[in-house]
Amino acid sequence: MLKYIVKRLATALVSMFIVITVVFLLMRLMPVEGYFGGRADSMTEENKQKILENLGLLDPWYKQLAGFYDDLAHLDFGRSVTLQPKTPVTKILAKKMPYSIGFGLGAIAISLVLGCSLGVLMARRPHGLWDKLGTGYIVFINAVPPIVYYLMIQISVTASTPLPMLFNSAKPESYVLPLVCMALGPTANYAMWIRRYMVDELNRDYIKLARAKGMPNNKIMLRHVVRNAFIPLAQYLPSTILFTISGSIYVEALFSIPGMGGLLITSIQKQDNPVVQAVVLLYAVMGVFGLLLGDLAMAICDPRISLDKKGGSR
Amino acid sequence: MENDVVLSVRDLVVRFTLRGQTLTAVRGASIDLHRGESLAIVGESGSGKSVFTKSFMGMLDNNGRIDGGSILFEGEDIAKYTTEKEWLRVRGKRIAMVFQDPMTALSPLMPVGKQIAETLALHQGLRGKAARARAIEILRDVGITDPERRYKQYPHEFSGGMRQRVVIAIAVACNPEILICDEPTTALDVTIQAQILGLLRDLQSRYGLTLIYITHDLGVVASVADRIAVMYAGDIVEIGKSEEIFYDARHPYTWALLSSLPQLGERGKDLFAIAGTPPNLFKPIHGDAFAPRNPYALKIDYQYRPPYFDVSPTHKARTWLLDPRAPKVERPEILGRIREMGGLIHD
Repeated sequence: MLKYIVKRLATALVSMFIVITVVFLLMRLMPVEGYFGGRADSMTEENKQKILENLGLLDPWYKQLAGFYDDLAHLDFGRSVTLQPKTPVTKILAKKMPYSIGFGLGAIAISLVLGCSLGVLMARRPHGLWDKLGTGYIVFINAVPPIVYYLMIQISVTASTPLPMLFNSAKPESYVLPLVCMALGPTANYAMWIRRYMVDELNRDYIKLARAKGMPNNKIMLRHVVRNAFIPLAQYLPSTILFTISGSIYVEALFSIPGMGGLLITSIQKQDNPVVQAVVLLYAVMGVFGLLLGDLAMAICDPRISLDKKGGSR
Repeated sequence: MENDVVLSVRDLVVRFTLRGQTLTAVRGASIDLHRGESLAIVGESGSGKSVFTKSFMGMLDNNGRIDGGSILFEGEDIAKYTTEKEWLRVRGKRIAMVFQDPMTALSPLMPVGKQIAETLALHQGLRGKAARARAIEILRDVGITDPERRYKQYPHEFSGGMRQRVVIAIAVACNPEILICDEPTTALDVTIQAQILGLLRDLQSRYGLTLIYITHDLGVVASVADRIAVMYAGDIVEIGKSEEIFYDARHPYTWALLSSLPQLGERGKDLFAIAGTPPNLFKPIHGDAFAPRNPYALKIDYQYRPPYFDVSPTHKARTWLLDPRAPKVERPEILGRIREMGGLIHD
């Protein structure tokens, strides 16, 4: 197992290297006007050159790249240029990340519990009442753009209850609506997959055997079906958890939560190179680690999966 | 032994509802199962042999139901059971089942020992160390070497034959009175087949089991069964001792089935095959269900369902050919060679 992890980490390093290099170079291809923040017309040519020189953008690209790697090696992610000038990028991220992670994890916890329960109820009696209600819910969530029902919830619920419309970290009740909004989508997805995998599992021979040995249906569901049905989900769970870091663009914007959502887009728009590079690096790390942890989670849940190539076992 | 009937099925009717239509899978079949015997139920696919035995355990699919007749098991009519709670008193505890495909019959995420211990916990209230010790004992009984180590292993670490031994271990764990083996060797290699059949015979005497084999492999039947019941279109058309069925069959369907034994084929000639297809069980059947495929069919076969005619006290068949008024029909000549082949029947 350890050997496998080390190997995977090595390949992960290579892919992260490629990702950030490409992004670094792409950012250098952007028009320089972006760095002057809309004041390009009123600036003299001299001033412009000075700004660019200060940013180190006049050096040849390979020199800039070498400098970037040198800083990275010292864990220096640079300072923001346009978003919050002179603030270290790490500081910006450290301030925003906790909000996104908090809401994200909360939403995952809620949706896992609700989604799995709904899925189990649906699978117990396919085409029954729960199945029909659940299917309706899943279709609605997947067919309607989230922003539509986010807005509906924000407007109608705040109108009829004392819940606040915007997020305020000092008011605990202001956490409710964003969490609900964020949990709706994943709940539908977990319900859909759990139902689907459970219905698959229910038709398997080992369920017949479990019945034949006189096991009550409820026990079969809990001890055999749900466990087996959860394995395919276990693979995606780590990625899902890691990606909470990136935050939800819609929900954070709607409830004005100062999280990570939209940070990548605004930093690209404002050509804040150090912020873009740091965020992309972060995303790459999340992606690579999410997959690795997913594989490990599968190997832990399912004894048939062995990560070391031993071969021979059936 | 003859009179000690464990299970007595009378005129059992099993129906399924499929897409709004009603399918009659078992059409009034009757059978008496004697304690300690091994009975083989043979018939082609779709003859209802699996459904017939599944109904003894309340294991019919959700769209199936017992629509008539009775199943007396130790004095109680289990055909009247409706709730899961009632069936759980019988299922796995007093009537157990071994399935066809051992590759998929075990839960992949649970060590095999635990799957046996689970049964012991359900029916004998054994838990923890006691369940473990008993499960290891049973694993040894079914011929698994080093059972302490194997107890902790998962199904994927076992070969097909070994998995079938585990499935059998689960089935016999609670000392059931009746063990139903639904094609227990069909999915296995020929060499393993013999081992598994040997094991079942061995367990039968050790655990005092009454065995029902469901199979379409007459070779298997010959090596294990005391009695044979031949099923066609949801009914038992002939039943008798092994020798009586192999050497002195009376029903034309049994003749046809035996004629298809590959051992009877001649080099260079096509093997015998029964013409036509089994009847559509969605429609009511008039007369003898086999009549349309039966070269010996009489006029009456198309009108009235034949009753059982006794050939001997242990042998009866459901065909009008046995009626004293029926024309004399000789069984196919080729069947005479079964006796010459010898070796087909174990004793």
